[in-house]
Amino acid sequence: MGCVPGPIQSIHRAAEVLKLLAHGGAHQLSVGEIARALDLAKPTVHGILRTLQEVGFVEQEVEGGKYRLGAALFQIGTSYLDGNELRAKALNWSDSLAMRAREAVRIGVMHGRHVLVVHHVFRPDNSRQALETGALLPWHATALGKVLVAFGEWPDGELRAFTRHTLDAAALAAAVDEVRDRDWAYDLHELVEGEASVAAPIRDRRGVVVGAVGISGPVERLCESPDRPPRLELVSYVREAARSVSRELGGLSW
Amino acid sequence: MAYIAAIDQGTTSSRCIVFDASGGIVSVAQREHRQIFPRPGLVEHDATEIWANVRAVVRDALAQASLSHADIAAFGITNQRETTVVWDRETGEPVHNAIVWQDMRTDALIKQLDGDLFRERSGLPPATYFSGPKLRWLLDHVDGLRARAERGEVLFGTMDTWLIWNLTGRHVTDVTNASRTMLMNLETLDWDPELVAAMGVPPAVLPEIRSSAEVYGTHEGVPVASALGDQQAALFGQTCFAPGEGKCTYGTGAFLLVNTGDQPVRSANGLLTTVAYRIGEEPAAYALEGAIAVTGALVQWFRDKVGLISSAAEIETLARTVDDNGGAYFVPAFSGLFAPHWRSDARGVIAGLTGYISRGHLARAVLEASAWQTREVVDAMNADSGVDLTTLRVDGGMTANNLLMQFLADVLDVPVVRPIVAETTCLGAAYAAGLAVGYWPSAEALKANWHKAAEWEPSMEPAARDRGYRKWKKAVERTVGWMDEDDD
Repeated sequence: MGCVPGPIQSIHRAAEVLKLLAHGGAHQLSVGEIARALDLAKPTVHGILRTLQEVGFVEQEVEGGKYRLGAALFQIGTSYLDGNELRAKALNWSDSLAMRAREAVRIGVMHGRHVLVVHHVFRPDNSRQALETGALLPWHATALGKVLVAFGEWPDGELRAFTRHTLDAAALAAAVDEVRDRDWAYDLHELVEGEASVAAPIRDRRGVVVGAVGISGPVERLCESPDRPPRLELVSYVREAARSVSRELGGLSW
Repeated sequence: MAYIAAIDQGTTSSRCIVFDASGGIVSVAQREHRQIFPRPGLVEHDATEIWANVRAVVRDALAQASLSHADIAAFGITNQRETTVVWDRETGEPVHNAIVWQDMRTDALIKQLDGDLFRERSGLPPATYFSGPKLRWLLDHVDGLRARAERGEVLFGTMDTWLIWNLTGRHVTDVTNASRTMLMNLETLDWDPELVAAMGVPPAVLPEIRSSAEVYGTHEGVPVASALGDQQAALFGQTCFAPGEGKCTYGTGAFLLVNTGDQPVRSANGLLTTVAYRIGEEPAAYALEGAIAVTGALVQWFRDKVGLISSAAEIETLARTVDDNGGAYFVPAFSGLFAPHWRSDARGVIAGLTGYISRGHLARAVLEASAWQTREVVDAMNADSGVDLTTLRVDGGMTANNLLMQFLADVLDVPVVRPIVAETTCLGAAYAAGLAVGYWPSAEALKANWHKAAEWEPSMEPAARDRGYRKWKKAVERTVGWMDEDDD
């Protein structure tokens, strides 16, 4: 372990500049105005602004003009979708999916190296089932995880083999590429022997994948035969549900 | 004739949902109407606007699924309860805006009524909430209305009656809506002459009381075949057909209804006795009702007026930043307390405040308020019925809140169960209409459509539950008696 890092002055100052731009009534300030407000030398402020401009956190209307907050900053601020919000918006559509597919439905988001289950609808047969909202699933052995990684980042860490069908890194990379093409994913015996899952991406109004919705159950019910991918009829139900939730996210919030 | 269309005339919007035989949703259309606030405490709707919206959502819902009237086996109606309209029999024009259930203009009037008589015969304590006093107010305040009413020139109705009159030309109401007027006798299921006289209402304005499920008439050739108040419709949609079965719907407020079978049960604990439904010529089923004025409305208030969250769902995220309420309790007696207290002189408090309390603790207290209020109503229900509730069936938008549902199971110490179709209100109206026209063979057949979507098991230590409930009750004590005679 190295030494504990102290605050980095330039990052601190950059944050002060951004805060000032966010709260300055006019939302546009000149180098001089910022320097005065923060009690800094003009060249220092200029250097900070140039760097922030390069990464898109601030922008200028015209060369040499006043500065305002940049578009990249807003994208960072809104790309995070509250999991509870996602559940509220998805409630009706995940119920419909469970009814049509007659299987359990889960909605997942990435949480570090795992898939966090933010919503779970029981298989509609009134059998005893335990609510798994809040549970973590391995990304590489579930359809939900493959969708989230295909449209997100490949997490670090070991890929544990749960069954003899769990994919290794090379097979997984190919599978994830395929998911990007097809826009849906499946797992077959990869987490639990005899079980399969199907999932599709949920997108917000900018087209960013913010979650995945899917069904899971025994291969006898999901697949034509134990070594074939899940039936296309079920895939179409899952994709339709994903589109409906995506449409809901593009609309007005309640 | 493959579908049933349910019309849900609600407080903020009118909706039409088309269902198939499995109870699955085929299409949904919705239109909001204006909330008219003439003064603080007064809320009105334009009944003409509502009728136009209802026609529009029916048209839209059919169009979305490429259906015509010929594809619809029946229309079912469910409605915001107690909202009152009076209109001209000849022209169909309302004589005044509809007075909405939340409206408190009858506050002075209800104090003059004989509480014991009304409670005994109608099952309801005099309150501004019910429709009879609203009708009386219109008769007293609209120029010349009483004389016209006595000559039989005008008609009274709740929203079910208004819609059925416009759809079929008949002036009828169903037993569930009639049971919210304070004018219907719970034993005879007809207008009680003494109550009608005590309210000062000319009998000529009252609609005929019919079953909740029968063909009232037709619209565009389609039978109009059910009417149920919204909470009764949700009970029916949850298929609570046996005595002891009940549900709690979490919306702006929360309403716990438990089926008590074919006999009305009088409450000694602040619950309302009401009609659950009546199918055709079968005996009516009754229910005990615990009405909680503010549940989801508190989360909306926290979002819109306090601004610590930007959407209702975010309250769970904020509440999860802490492990407990930090000792804070929030009693949202914004316009007094409903069941089981019925104290109009109460106003809200946040109790147990210390310097330690953060916004996360407040978010917890906001959510916990819904659960503790439900606990009070469930206790009253258990005391009145002599049988303890063994599971709570829930529906409504707040069931998406996982933390609240878990906390609810914890404080009730029974499992909380959500069914797979959340739209139980519309589903109940569709079920009743479908039974009336033979689209579904029997109530038993409907039970097969009910499936569990989620279940929360209690996991709280009894000592923690008891301590929390004790503190909640102390917080409630601190809300009552706040209003004085000279307060507006």
